[in-house]
Amino acid sequence: MILTILEHDRGALDSAAPEALAIAQSIAQQTGSPLAAALVGGDEAVAAGLGAYGVQTVTLVAHDRLGSYIPEAWGCALALLVEKLQPEAVVAAGTDRGNELLAHIAARTGLPLAANVTAVQSGSPYRVTRVRWGGSLLEEAELDGSPALMTVALHTVEPAAAGASLSPAIESFTPELDERAFRVRLVEQAAAREQGVSLASAPVVVGGGRGVGSAEGFTLLEELAALLGGAVGGSRVVTNLGWRPHADQIGQTGTRIAPELYIACGISGAIQHMVGARGSKQILAINSDPDAPIMAKANYTVAGDLHEVLPALIAEIKKAKGL
Amino acid sequence: MHILVCVKRVPATGARITLTPDAQHIETRNLGFTVSPHEECAVEEAVRIAEAHGGETAVLTLGPAEAEEQLRSALAVGIDRAILLETDGEEWGPRATAAAIAAAIRQQEATGRPFDLLLFGNESADSGGYQVGVRVAHALDRPVITGVKALEIAGGLARAGREGPNGWEVYELPLPAAFTVKEGINLPRYPSVPGRLRAKKKTIEQLSPQRDGAGLRKLRLALPPEEHAEAISLGNGPEAAPKIVEVLRALELL
Repeated sequence: MILTILEHDRGALDSAAPEALAIAQSIAQQTGSPLAAALVGGDEAVAAGLGAYGVQTVTLVAHDRLGSYIPEAWGCALALLVEKLQPEAVVAAGTDRGNELLAHIAARTGLPLAANVTAVQSGSPYRVTRVRWGGSLLEEAELDGSPALMTVALHTVEPAAAGASLSPAIESFTPELDERAFRVRLVEQAAAREQGVSLASAPVVVGGGRGVGSAEGFTLLEELAALLGGAVGGSRVVTNLGWRPHADQIGQTGTRIAPELYIACGISGAIQHMVGARGSKQILAINSDPDAPIMAKANYTVAGDLHEVLPALIAEIKKAKGL
Repeated sequence: MHILVCVKRVPATGARITLTPDAQHIETRNLGFTVSPHEECAVEEAVRIAEAHGGETAVLTLGPAEAEEQLRSALAVGIDRAILLETDGEEWGPRATAAAIAAAIRQQEATGRPFDLLLFGNESADSGGYQVGVRVAHALDRPVITGVKALEIAGGLARAGREGPNGWEVYELPLPAAFTVKEGINLPRYPSVPGRLRAKKKTIEQLSPQRDGAGLRKLRLALPPEEHAEAISLGNGPEAAPKIVEVLRALELL
């Protein structure tokens, strides 16, 4: 059995789940093993929907103290399920939560874990390709352990299509958890601070780097983003200088963006920044240095000072919009 | 408060990564070395907690002899002492790394005070295994929370805040405990000149760790394929504005 551990919220599968399912399907095909899934805090409708991905068995992990997310308790519960089901491989999406849960399962069982894989070849040992440096480097590695534990790097594999018409068997599992699993308590949960469009999901992102020159310099970027229904972000330099809050950082240690268009203004294009912008469909770079690394990584370039280009662009967009 | 921070020496990559001919390592001949931004913040957090609550801080790394440089950087911003688990320079997998760190912590605690807080970066900048802190916590039977962007200590309890999929979440856990920290928890300070001088003179404790099975073995590295073809130049300066608008229209963003 190939076991996928899937996240869900209010009756909907997490958007990264089909990526984990794609890798799990690939291993199931290679090994001829059935595809199975586990959901903590069960929902029969979500479970039934997994048949569309070829999932044959869904285990709903049910426990009256697992209602809210407690990493260690959820990890222990899933480690117990893994011990019970003895799958050949365990796969989760490489979200913060997926990586955290698999780390707990790995720590609890003593098994090796490959985080953020992009391709898997079953065998003994497994052969995996995984990302390093947030995605700017690939590693080929051997992975020991049975089951083989892995998470799937976000936005790197074609998500599984929901095409099959299978009714999965739905089972329930209630783990016996000791009190130590609940040493960590969730004491506060606030809804996401909605401030217009979020950086991670904005269709247009206007990013600024050192070239913006000051915190005040971002006014121009904000005006442009507002005209395009987008969000403003920045490089690590900008958040370290305090020109923008850290939450606005685009990069390996900040937010990963995936807009239709990323307009990078006065950003040189260090790899730690570019891995955060990898999900962008198109990149337009505006930079006074035509030899800046970002100019070779963009789809469109404008050589020029952003303080001159952006006012002209804002005026042109207003004209086009009849404002 | 007795606090231990774990860091990892990694190359300071710029705009481009190149590999050694055997594809085993990043070519570092022209590169400096650093630690992950997450770990810089973990070091800063340790110093701030000790400043607020009193106590002693230590920094630990597993790596080659040259990793002394990263330990001294931590000493320069106010960490009290440093421990090097010296390897032969070969890369250790996350499981072996965690086992060696847990063994070193046990040894330290057997002869000294126990650590109230163990701080790690959320993931290393280079291999990004997302697991060493969690594995060490389990090995030592301590509660752990990852991705921490706010940390408060009071009355034997820690409150750790982080960004969850549905917004801000705060967890409470009893000490001793482990935390993996994300950049954004604080803005790390720069070392002062006296700080650097003090750091230079300090002795670094050295231990020789035992390597305990690999589990995940690197075979080779590869650069991902270049993502797109030649960039299209839309011109120079403000005259490019109408061309940009054409692109926005073509992408149906306007």
